Amino acid sequence: MADEITLEVARFRPGEDTEPVLQSYQVPLREQWAVLDGLSYIKDHLDGTLSFRWSCRMGICGSCGMTVNGDPQLSCATFLTDYAPGPIRIEPLHNFPVIRDLVVDIGDFMDKLPTVKPWLVRDVHSPLEEGEYLQTPEELEDYQQYSMCINCMLCYSACPVYALDQDFVGPAAIALAQRYNLDSRDEGADERLAVLSSPEGIWSCTFVGECSAACPKGVDPAGAIQRYKLTAATQAIKGLLMPRSRR
Amino acid sequence: MNHRRSPEPLLWMLFSSGGMVAALMLPILLFLFGVAFPLDWLTPPTHAHLFAVLRNPLTRLVLFGLSALALFHWAHRFRYTLYDGLQLKRYAVPIVVFCYGGAVVGSVIAAALLLTL
Repeated sequence: MADEITLEVARFRPGEDTEPVLQSYQVPLREQWAVLDGLSYIKDHLDGTLSFRWSCRMGICGSCGMTVNGDPQLSCATFLTDYAPGPIRIEPLHNFPVIRDLVVDIGDFMDKLPTVKPWLVRDVHSPLEEGEYLQTPEELEDYQQYSMCINCMLCYSACPVYALDQDFVGPAAIALAQRYNLDSRDEGADERLAVLSSPEGIWSCTFVGECSAACPKGVDPAGAIQRYKLTAATQAIKGLLMPRSRR
Repeated sequence: MNHRRSPEPLLWMLFSSGGMVAALMLPILLFLFGVAFPLDWLTPPTHAHLFAVLRNPLTRLVLFGLSALALFHWAHRFRYTLYDGLQLKRYAVPIVVFCYGGAVVGSVIAAALLLTL
């Protein structure tokens, strides 16, 4: 096995570059090294000006999403040896504006996320003395896979609909809305309906399924959206048939 | 609460039910009438028998449902193919008229054919 691999890293220095350019670096090819380790090596030993986001290095924080050889990946969970002999092309996440090098502006997602109220909504909170809200293992299973989302935004980067229409609420936000809608302790489904069933919500999705393929945590946002389409369509038809009844 | 009335839920219902009935029924019909009967793998029903089956209102209803829903499935899919695949969303109005209008016209023709048998 060669002892080095070439990383072709997209560089964009605002004020200096008019568009991203690829810059090649030679980094040690070690079996335990992820792409993120290669980037850290560049930053520590070759070029301290390279900018990228990272935090936990264990696939939990969702900070280090990048485009590796064209696919959205967590750079901490993508190993150099899987791409040997290289070169490996590392670009920022697609579908987001680039701030610098591999750092993208995630403002759009951060603005959209609270609109679907991804937290437990209760009409009336039980008094503390009554203890926990109990849940059976089956009730937990209903939403558990959606709760694995780490907000890494790989699904937005993979989504061809989001690429065309940035108003789309998007896979992770809708999957997170479903994470709470399907939670037996939650009572906020009605409050989420308006945003989710708007044209920019679930109806923008054409079920390409790239979001679910890209998700590093095994969440199935495409499935969540399809499932919610049936819920929303049922509600809409109920509304048509019984316009006076409160949902 | 959102009060914008969007036809999208209804169109999606037609799309999804059309996809389901087409996937369940068309392969069987195509296999029987397109392969198995012409190749004599199965003994085809006599013309009179088939005609009697077709004249049953229930058969007509099922075939009409299949044709209309499959057409609306096509309309919805083709609309989004034109929107996203060919990126023609700026022509949304004529595309909508063409796709769903086409499905309506096709359904009317199917109804007329089934009723005049």
